[in-house]
Formats: sequence, C-alpha cells, structure tokens
Amino acid sequence: MNEKIDIKLTINGRDHSIRVEPRCTLVDAIRDECGQTGTHIGCEHGVCGTCTVVIDGEAVRSCLMFAVQAQGKQIRTVEGMASGNSLHPLQQAFIDHHGLQCGFCTPGFLMLASNALERDPHLDGEELIDLLSSNLCRCTGYQNIIKAVRAAAIEMRRAEAAE
Amino acid sequence: MSQNADGTYPTPPRASERRVLGHSVPRLEDLPLVTGQGRYAGDINFPHQLHMRIVRSPHAHAKLVSVDTSAARALPGVVAVWTSEDIPDLPPIDFRADRASEMLKPYRQPALARGRVRYIGDPVAAVFAEDAYTAEDAAELVTMQVEELPVLVSASDVPGEFEPGRSTEAGIFHHSYGDIEAAFKNAYTVIELDLTTGRHSGVPMETRGALGRYDAARDLLELHGAAKIPHRNKETLCRMLKRSPSALHVHESHVGGGFGIRGEIYPEDVLVLVAALRLGRPVKWIEDRREHLMCANQGRQQRHLARIAVDSEGRILGIEDKIFHDQGGYVRTHGANVPNRTMCMLTGAYRVPAYRAVAHFRLTNKTPAATYRAPGRFESTFVRSRLMDAVANKLGLDPVEVRKRNLITAAEMPYTIAFDEPHVENLELDSGDFPRLLDKALAAFRWDELQQDLKRRRVAGEAVGAGVAIFVEESGRGPSDGAKIAVDTAGAVELITGGASLGQGFETAMAQICAEALGVDYRQVRVIHGQTDLIDHGIGAHATRATGLTGGAVHVTALMVRAKALEFASELLQTPAAELDIVAGTVMRRDGKTGPSITLAEIAKRIAPGSKLLRGRTPQLAAHGWFNTSHTVFPYGVHLAVVRVDRETGHVAVERFLIGYDVGRAVNPMMIEGQLVGGCVQGLGGALYEEFVYDEKGEPLSSTLADYLMLTARETPQFEVLLTEDAPSPLHPLGLKGAGEGGINGAGGVIASAIDDALGIPGAITQLPVTPQRLRKLLREKSI
Repeated sequence: MNEKIDIKLTINGRDHSIRVEPRCTLVDAIRDECGQTGTHIGCEHGVCGTCTVVIDGEAVRSCLMFAVQAQGKQIRTVEGMASGNSLHPLQQAFIDHHGLQCGFCTPGFLMLASNALERDPHLDGEELIDLLSSNLCRCTGYQNIIKAVRAAAIEMRRAEAAE
Repeated sequence: MSQNADGTYPTPPRASERRVLGHSVPRLEDLPLVTGQGRYAGDINFPHQLHMRIVRSPHAHAKLVSVDTSAARALPGVVAVWTSEDIPDLPPIDFRADRASEMLKPYRQPALARGRVRYIGDPVAAVFAEDAYTAEDAAELVTMQVEELPVLVSASDVPGEFEPGRSTEAGIFHHSYGDIEAAFKNAYTVIELDLTTGRHSGVPMETRGALGRYDAARDLLELHGAAKIPHRNKETLCRMLKRSPSALHVHESHVGGGFGIRGEIYPEDVLVLVAALRLGRPVKWIEDRREHLMCANQGRQQRHLARIAVDSEGRILGIEDKIFHDQGGYVRTHGANVPNRTMCMLTGAYRVPAYRAVAHFRLTNKTPAATYRAPGRFESTFVRSRLMDAVANKLGLDPVEVRKRNLITAAEMPYTIAFDEPHVENLELDSGDFPRLLDKALAAFRWDELQQDLKRRRVAGEAVGAGVAIFVEESGRGPSDGAKIAVDTAGAVELITGGASLGQGFETAMAQICAEALGVDYRQVRVIHGQTDLIDHGIGAHATRATGLTGGAVHVTALMVRAKALEFASELLQTPAAELDIVAGTVMRRDGKTGPSITLAEIAKRIAPGSKLLRGRTPQLAAHGWFNTSHTVFPYGVHLAVVRVDRETGHVAVERFLIGYDVGRAVNPMMIEGQLVGGCVQGLGGALYEEFVYDEKGEPLSSTLADYLMLTARETPQFEVLLTEDAPSPLHPLGLKGAGEGGINGAGGVIASAIDDALGIPGAITQLPVTPQRLRKLLREKSI
C-alpha cells in the first residue's frame, strides 16, 4: 500500500517528476519533493487555509488533497506570483498596507485573493469579507489584509483598464 | 543622550524632528515573506536527517506500568524508539527563572514521562525514522500499559496527589500592602465577585518545530527552529545537557508567530538534541496542529474570588483577591510567573490604598500552562474592570466617573507600590497620565454621543451596549542587553543583536533606531538576531522587552560607531567633530555649507587593520555596546467597545473598538498599530470564542481548529487606534515603551462591560469566554 509511485506535478508552469507514496499529501509533495516551501502547513485538517494553492483556477487546500490527484493539473503557488523583480499588485499591497507580520499565513491569503480577483475583479464588500474569512491569520487582526486586498483590486482594475 | 543628575533622561524629540525614528517606514522583513522565500523551521532540512514522532499519552492521569515499543522498532525505516528508560540521565526541563524554583522543582516535566502520565498529550515515547510518514506509522504501533489514577480538572476543587507525599498545590503565593483589615472595616460598602477566565493560548499559525544537529568535527551541538529567547534557552540546554556554553548553539530562522507560548523549551527541543548526539544524524521534528492544541503551553485559566471595599463616593479603600491558578500537568519554564504577575498588576492604573492577594498555584491533569501574551494582565484587567463596574452599579454612579475618581494622576508619578513580601519587587510606575488618555479616548470615540445613540437603539429593542477598560502594561525590563554594529567597506551596516523576531517587525525597528543614531538609510542596515554563535548574550523577544531593551543597546552602540566615524572624519576633513553631521551615510558639515565630505564606507576603508591613520587606535568602524537598566517601564491603555447581542442565538457582535495607548515614543507607528490591533483580535477570541475545553476525564475537546475557534475576518470589528506619546519614559534614552501586549490586555474586561450594558444586567458576565452557548444559558436563567 505504501509502495511509491512515479507522478508528475506541474507547478507554476514547470514540471516536477517525483516519486511518492499514494498517501502523500499534495502540500507535502509541493514542499518536500518539489522544494517549493513558500506554501506552508498550518493545520493539516483544512481549516486555516495556510496551504492554499490554485489548481486549474480553483483555490484549494493542498493539505486535503493527495499529490496523485493533482497530476495533469496546473498548480500555482506563491513562488509564481511575481514576474521577475516585479511584484504582483497583491504582494506589493500587502507590504504597503502592513498586511503581514510573521508572514506564515501570507502565501495562503495571496493565493486565495489573487484567484478570487482574477475571477471577479470587482469583488468587494461582504463578499470579500466572506472570502477572506476562509483563511486564518493570528498576527494582523485582518484589517490590514482587507485593506491590502481592496487596494490591490483597485490597482489591478486600473492596470487592466490601461491595457 | 546624556542622563540627568538623577539618572533620568531628558525628554526625547518627537518624530517630526527625526529622520527615520518614529516614522511609519515599510518593513524590511516583507519582501522574502510575500514571495515565498521565508525560511521557517519546516523549511529547514539537513542531509541524512531523521524524523521524530512523539507517542503521547491518551490518559489524563495514570501510572505508567510499561511501554511496548517492539512492533514499532521492527518497522522498516525505524532507527530507534525511546522511552524514559533510554534517557535516564536527562534531567527534567529546567526553569529559566523563578524565585520559588526549589519548591517547584519536583513538578517539572521530564522529556519523556517517568512513572506517571499527567495530561492527554504527555510525551511517552519518541520514534526516530527515515521519513515523517514512517515515524508516524511506527508511533501508532507503540502501546502502553497503565493503571488509571483519579483525574483532576479544576484548580478550585480540593487538591489531589501529585506523587506520594506531594500535593497538586505546588505553592501558595502572596502580594500585599497597606492595612487591608481596616480598609474593609471602614468601607461604606463591600462587593464580592466570583470571576473566571477561560483557558486559551497563542496558537501561532506555524506550529512548533525543532531540528537538532551535531557537528563532531567542532564538537558543536546545534538547535535550529528556536524562537523567543534563543540565548536563555541555550543557557538552560547547556545546563541540562552538561555542555559548556560555547559547545551548544541555538539558531532562529523565520518564526510564524509566538505570542509568548512559542520558543520556550519543550520536551521535543531537548529530545532532538539528545537524539542528534546519540544517533549521529540530524533530527527534525515538526509538530502537527492536534499536538499543538494538546501540548503547547496554554494559559489564562484562573478563578478569582475578589472583594473590593469603597467609600460612599466610590473611592477604592482596598482590594482582596483569592486566586486559583490552573497550571495543568507540570510546571514549565516560567515557574509561578503567571500567578505572580497577575497579583502584581491587579491594581492597575488605580490608587488602591490596601491590597491583599493570595494565589493558589495548582496542578491539574490538563495541558501545562505558562505565559501567553499579557500573562496575568488580561486576567487581572478583567477582574479589576468587573470590580469597577460593580462599584458603579452599586453606588448608582457612571462607570467612567468611578474610574476617573480612582485613577492615579500624572502628579503622583513616579508611583511606587512596595509589597510587604520581602522577595516581591516593588511596582514602580515610571510615568503616565492615565486621566488624560481616558479623556482623549472618550472624546475620540464620541462617548457621550454614543450613549445617547445606544439609548435610542435599546428603546427600539436592540441589545447594544458599550464598555470601558483601563490598564497598565509593562515593558523593557532589564537588566541588560548588548549590540554589535559594524559598517563595512561598502557602507552597509551589520547590526548583530541578541534579540529575536516572532514576526513583530524587530528587524525594521532595530534598523530604524540604528539608522537614526548613525545617520544612515535604515534599508542599509542588516539586522541579525537569534544566533547565539554571533553574540553571546541576548534578551530575545518576550515581555514586550525587545524594542526598549535591545533598542536601547542598539542606540548606545550606534552612537559609539557614530562617535568613531566623526573622530576620524574630523581628522580627515580637518574640521572639528562638533561641526560635522552624518546624513545618509556621508559625513558632512552640520551647518549645511558646502565643503569636504566623506562617506562611512570610505572611513571604514581608511581605518582598516594596518592603517597608519589609526596610530594605536582600534581598527574598523565598529562597536559593541550595552544598555543597562534596573527599571521596567510602564505603557498604559484604554479600551472602549460597542457590542450588539443577539438574544436568540447568544452571538455577540463587536461593532466598534477603540484602542487608546500611550507608548512613550513610537519607533514605527504603523507596526505598533499592527501589534495593538492583532493583539486585540486575539483578546477578542479569548473574550468571546477561544477555549480549551476538557471533559471530566481530562479529554481535550478543542484539539482541532474547527473546535478551538479563533476570529476570522468576518468577526473582526473596525478598529480605531489612538496612539499617544504623552509620557515618554524618563528611564529610557529614547523614551520608548513597548507595545506588544497593549492590544490584548483589556479585551476581556471591556467586552464583559459592554455585554452587561447591552443586556441591561449589571454584573451578568462573570466568566470568559462569553460563548454563544454560555450567553444563551445566562439569558435563560435571567429569563430575558
């Protein structure tokens, strides 16, 4: 049952051929087998959202999925957000609005919010609060995270309109 | 800045007169953290490492008859399985400081349980395997034979037996002063309350982690994944493992939140070190969340039987308190610190002529307790606030007015409380203007207008109310911290401290203090912390101490480097040092006249070892300085809140919250607001939702994040932060007071006040957290 199998994960457009047990969780595979440690583990029972990654356009808790289940899918993690030295507007907004302290939950929030804003650039108000309430942060008290996401949304819409 | 004749410092300048100190500059920490380049304990790996998994007791209290590890040992990939019999010489985990330690020593926790298990989660065996999955599989194969013993889950029940001849009441502690008998005899009225604070904890988003590594070539043992107090932990570990201080080093990397509970020495930290030594391979341990919620330090659980004596005007004559402190299964590194801090800080910002507190420090069969952000202060502010509200109600006075009558005034500062007990240090409030902050906070919250508005809403049927809590915080306790600063030949500044970062912005704050004194861009300062091999003393980051104490050391040291730079610049530029300033890393004329200038990089090059310019003086643009203080400094705060209660569901919505806080002088207001708001949200958790619940058999019922409920963005109110600088500490060269715990301190007290007001039932809330279940029960009992 614990025989290792060969699988391929595609993370931020790059293929990683790895050998894991079928029971290996996706987050363990991303971190330990593919070396992408920007995705963090907070609870391993799907509550805190720290391990959130985006798979085929859906924000997913990578602790609740087996690595084998992610084969053939496009996985996006925090390492893929910036283009070169140019930060994603959400990353910049988290810095500008002091949206992080220890930074442990930050990649999860960034993936959650970036995916949601791609789907609905006008996400705001109660819907935005509902979205952000799916992840936990223990340092900031959330106010600055909310501010950062709102500011990034405005910036992303502005950039979109300018193109 | 030189001291006055009486040892105090002159009033420091405000931010408007500073270049970087006091300004909300962006954090230096953020870029790696938002790009996934953080390096937390789980991200660290060493070649050929083993993975450790702990087998934990499923019994709350039992005699450990035998542990069978044979099946686990037989599993392929398992290298070793240890029980206490494999580490007979390893002493229990030592206290790092406590006066009563001799008395408390028998209650310390062994790394692996010996003879008895005392809480569910108590480590019984340690499995070491080639990978984490195998270690976990093997741990499930370990079985234990036990004889169940009586389980004690309440500290206010009759104490039981810790071991033959030893009670679960580990100690009884006292704090008192004044004539308490006379105070109660002469009272116009006396009020007695029975109050309880719930069991909760810091619950950082990153669970604990530890990696042990032994370097045989240098005979050096290393602990990675440290936090909070790396230097102090190194001292304790050296004592426990009988290693010389230079033969063991502790390394901090990124830390995913601490809040007081992370970074103390736990069994797992010791085990990875011993295993690395004995098994000859690096050993990694990462805690899972269930373990965290069952094993990491919890706190807060106290019952207070409190009495207050007042005159007919509501002036306090005396306070008496009997405290039952629920310590859980063992006494951990803090000894009896929490009940003692509770008693010391209970009188808070009020003039209390007579006081008598006694704390019963009792063990139970639950997870051990220790310090959690504002230890003893969250608890005592709740008690004090409840007492003040009860006085107001009984005398028919306004709750704000009663508080104003009793606040210590600025004219009374410094204000010293000398306790009768010879070993208890005095409480010496250094500075503060409590009435002024209260007035400012009430005005900012539009308190009077709010009362009218709440009245209208209550008439319309809403259960809405407001509350107030006032508190004194403590920070910057000494005795001493050092810093090393060196300007390299490219002009970059390396600042090595013995501080620690738990995510609070330590690097940015230290860089700002250094940059201001030295005259460089703060982004040029590389701040090192938590590395015991780079500096041999360090205070860490605890008790709101880093900014004041380590910041003091950085300030002093940066001034030394500055003086050295100016001394050589003066010679090189043929200009008196007094006429020179350092701006953005360049020494130039202070009067702004053009003239010769020289960069710090150039000076560093010119005074390299061997330089003729030195003429016997020490080379390099560097210094190692110290800041010594025998004083704690006391920031203070006011919390105001508005809540709305849903009588159907028992839900409490926090509509508004104001944190008024005087920080003396702010290093970075943006980061201070972040500390205050973040701490307050944790406090609201402890006031409304968070609770480690145990059943009568000691079974923990809050061992997932779906059961231990923390606030999300949905439950968090909009905050108003009123940050003031009215009372810079005269005992600190920069006037600094800390801000780590001012957000959480009053949260329980103010929410209890506001809920009482919303329900129209004075004194309704006697227990935290006010969960919906508890509030509904209360409403049923009061038939509202």
